[in-house]
Amino acid sequence: MVSVKDYIARIEEACGKERDFIVIFKYDKKNEAMTKILKKAAIKKSVSQIIFELTFRNISFRLYGTGKAIFRNLKNKDELEKVLSDLLL
Amino acid sequence: MLDPYKIREDFPILKRKINNHPLIYFDSAATSQKPKQVIEAIKEFYEKHNANVHRAVHTLSQEASELYENAHEEVAKFINADSMEEIIFVRGTTEAINLVAYAWVLPNLEREDEVLVTLMEHHSNIVPWENLSKTKGFQVKYVEVNDDGTLDYESFEDAISRKTKIVCLPHVSNVTGIINNVKRVVKIAHEYNSLVLVDGAQSVPHLPVDVKDLDVDFLAFSGHKMLGPTGIGVLYGKREILERMPPFHGGGEMIREVAFDKITRRCSISWNDLPWKFEAGTPNICGGVGLMAAIKYLKNIGMENVTVYEKTLTRYAMQHMQKCKTVKIYGPEDASVKCGIIPFGVEGLGSHDVALFLDSYGIMIRSGFHCAQPLHEKLRLKSSARASFYIYNTREEIDRFVEVLRETEQF
Repeated sequence: MVSVKDYIARIEEACGKERDFIVIFKYDKKNEAMTKILKKAAIKKSVSQIIFELTFRNISFRLYGTGKAIFRNLKNKDELEKVLSDLLL
Repeated sequence: MLDPYKIREDFPILKRKINNHPLIYFDSAATSQKPKQVIEAIKEFYEKHNANVHRAVHTLSQEASELYENAHEEVAKFINADSMEEIIFVRGTTEAINLVAYAWVLPNLEREDEVLVTLMEHHSNIVPWENLSKTKGFQVKYVEVNDDGTLDYESFEDAISRKTKIVCLPHVSNVTGIINNVKRVVKIAHEYNSLVLVDGAQSVPHLPVDVKDLDVDFLAFSGHKMLGPTGIGVLYGKREILERMPPFHGGGEMIREVAFDKITRRCSISWNDLPWKFEAGTPNICGGVGLMAAIKYLKNIGMENVTVYEKTLTRYAMQHMQKCKTVKIYGPEDASVKCGIIPFGVEGLGSHDVALFLDSYGIMIRSGFHCAQPLHEKLRLKSSARASFYIYNTREEIDRFVEVLRETEQF
């Protein structure tokens, strides 16, 4: 059974009031993860295949060609995991 | 003048490529890279001299003890301390500050006393004082910072009083790179009979630091930011103060005698000499050996040369970064008041976005609060990106960094 954990190496939670969640995909799974995300989310803007500014269910986030993503304005890690689950599974 | 190209040959990691680009490491304020001389010293220790230190009579232990003691001597000379008795090895700056908090402040401060810190501290020079104040009831007072990030010395003079028992400040801000006038603070603090603890994490690796000239009572710094390994740091303390302090941790190594009294059925304990009184348990012997190698490496270059070179790089970087329309540098515009640290923001991008964008090009910088949230709030910054330089960085790397930053203009 495939789970979100299969795609994610680490989630860094920035400190402070406005918390960013930085998601780092597993190296061997990053291309697969990015392909899935780019299929489901809408691209608002992209720069040279390095940064993709995306929206998914009113959530804006940025995906990087190196296999990392930044999610903002989420309530907590549970919400992040729900979004990732919907994007990746 | 130092030759960065020759120096770079000593740093194997700088040959790496990250994301198919040559590594540009601009995060030395978080931790520095290590030269092969340090890596070799660590390897040689484990291959030839590894044993526990002190109180063993065999040859290997003698060798390890001698190396470990030599490391203390080397540190003492590096910061011009009177002797190795004033040099306590700890895990890093954080542990050094906690040692002072728990072994000096805890037994000496009462409800009516005050600890004075600045708003530009790293969290490690805030949290121990706030924690202890809850137990002991003393006040923690904060010295203001000006809008450009410099220390407000008038606020310091207003805040200090006879109630102040210890003043804590960074020698160099880990966010802005601003060099504080420690001598000025120490002179005033001593007039009020207050001790001074200086966080030297960002100064000792980059400036010549002379504890006698500064007249500081305590100086804390980390080995890993000055080419040494992680897990080793230093607390310098004036001998007469350290002698009056009780130990921080209890265990082996830090005792002279643990005598069991058959009548009271208790143990009476006497402490070991300085600095071992503060180094309970088996210490980080190899870390000390690695730190000694790092100091020898820096001394060979000359700390004055390190400072001059980093200031030149910083000035060069600031001049070129200012040409990017989207970049805003925080803090003072004058590079001469700073060490090699540049905090900045990019229009339309959060600090983590900036770091991830640069990472795509193999450029490593820091982003976030850098463990200094109060300073960011004071400067009205949500967070910042931070480029920090060391002896192995070059103008060409800065040119590439600026070139990549300019790409953010299209975003």
